Amino acid sequence: MSALLEVRDLTVQLKMDSGMREVITGTSLTIAEGEAMGLVGESGSGKSMTAKAIARLLPDGADVQGSVTFDGTDVLALDGDALRKHRAQVAVVFQDPRAHINPVRRIEDFMTESLRILESVSKPDAAKRAAAALEEVGIDDPGKRLRQFPHELSGGMLQRVMIATALLSEPRLLLADECTTALDVTTQAEVMAILDDLRRDRGLSMLFITHDLELAGAVCDRTCVMYAGQVVETRAASLLHGDPLHPYSAALVQARPDISSTAERLVAIPGRPVSAFEAPSGCRFAPRCPHAEDACRAEEQVLTELDGGRVRCRRAAELRGRLLDGAHV
Amino acid sequence: MSDEVRGPATRATLDDAQPVLSVRNLRKVFGTQVAVDDMTFDLMPGRSLAIVGESGSGKTTVARMICGLEKPTSGTITACGRDRSKPARRGSERKARGREVQIVFQDPYSSLDPRQSGAELIDEVLRVHHDHDAADRKRIVAELAEVVGLDQRQINALPKALSGGQRQRVAIARALATDPRVLILDESVAALDVSIQAQVLNVLADIRDDRGISYILISHDLAVVRQLTEETIVMQRGVVVERGETGQVLDDPQHPYTKLLRASVPGPGWKPQRMRDRIAAQA
Repeated sequence: MSALLEVRDLTVQLKMDSGMREVITGTSLTIAEGEAMGLVGESGSGKSMTAKAIARLLPDGADVQGSVTFDGTDVLALDGDALRKHRAQVAVVFQDPRAHINPVRRIEDFMTESLRILESVSKPDAAKRAAAALEEVGIDDPGKRLRQFPHELSGGMLQRVMIATALLSEPRLLLADECTTALDVTTQAEVMAILDDLRRDRGLSMLFITHDLELAGAVCDRTCVMYAGQVVETRAASLLHGDPLHPYSAALVQARPDISSTAERLVAIPGRPVSAFEAPSGCRFAPRCPHAEDACRAEEQVLTELDGGRVRCRRAAELRGRLLDGAHV
Repeated sequence: MSDEVRGPATRATLDDAQPVLSVRNLRKVFGTQVAVDDMTFDLMPGRSLAIVGESGSGKTTVARMICGLEKPTSGTITACGRDRSKPARRGSERKARGREVQIVFQDPYSSLDPRQSGAELIDEVLRVHHDHDAADRKRIVAELAEVVGLDQRQINALPKALSGGQRQRVAIARALATDPRVLILDESVAALDVSIQAQVLNVLADIRDDRGISYILISHDLAVVRQLTEETIVMQRGVVVERGETGQVLDDPQHPYTKLLRASVPGPGWKPQRMRDRIAAQA
């Protein structure tokens, strides 16, 4: 598999009231054709901003360093038609479908707008393609749905409409940003199964952004964990949960209650997650890390190879296999 | 009740065997929609009960009826021996009900007054509900801040200066200020980051152990339910479809809907299944 997407040393600063604030620091990741990559982290970790940078949806005035290459094209240099073409190939599905759909337009208008405008497809043909896409995501009676308004559809149904709409432009990479977080668990399972099918049937690559390590582990090939704007670990998704390399990944695994047993006490991580611009120098996780030493705080940590994964922790090799000690009993 | 004794259950002393909250044949109809139908349960002192189900199952409506935010169509709710199924006729009655049952909502960003610090908020609750002098109130504010793990700066800060987890702690401290017997947690930890959620769950467990409060946890997160509660009620479209000891309901679900909920939770080896495949497999 060759890399369809390559993000290299991406650093993003956003314009805020108080000046430029860094939200991502030196993020690198690759996604191969047909691969599902999970991107896991807490608030402010920079996971959504990474997706926005890839789709070129960052707010005005953002300062972007590093490179984003999609299928050999330099994404950061695109504009005009080439940028529109890029956004057709890289589709985004957001967390809250209601916030991203015009409430006073029918589903058909929303779904077919870009086909009719960008690809000059006739109205009946566009409607036909929209109906077929709805069927692909398991929506019955698509003709009726196309005539309905967003408020007539449930959240789960609307999220499937968003996925179907993303599919209409025949994307090669789907950026799913917490796209199942607001859904009921049974609906989440359905949407995940649909995404899984699409990946197999169409060879779609996926960047799956979530705070749910278990969900990422279950549906992704590899998982990237972000903290304070940096990637701290990249590893096969199936291994991350039981055999994490970075103390932060291990802490996330342990902090989550377990559905099959009651812990005497949860192993909480002290303090709160920070954004890149609030992060201390040296290891950014050090203030919350039970394994931190003076040397961790003193030096910037770099990503290094370890056991088939990559980890940003100078003690990773030494702590190997000991991170989950005292986990759920 | 089961005789399993764990932490708070020891507080439910044997001579204290009166339920702190008793719900009988509770029903709520909105127009032609039956939101809650024939719900009955008892909550013993120091115990925790989870009500689980998906959007539209009626779980939040039950919570709102218990706190008096919604009037039941029929059925009774008795808390601390006081019937609360009809609206309070007097201010003093309403206050007494407020003291007994408190609620913590899901979203700490919308449930706090942006102009009021945690300390002012708690002080106001104390003035309305109790007869303490200013020095006593100050002491109680400091105590409650300590209970939920907020420092002096945080409890005196406006909500905008606090993170989601800290705000939710303020909301919990506020609810505790009336010294309630029952605390309703309506998706109270759902919006929190994983690392913060663990901290708040630990705080809630400590409070229950120290104060013998009973919890009703409204949640769709079965792992959180497992961590915090001893009993679980599963609702689907307003109807209770399964109930029992939490561990048992989650490990060995009986009703098809509970089985579906359980099977939808991702974990190692989990494979999401499409509805049409699931139906085909059953046929």
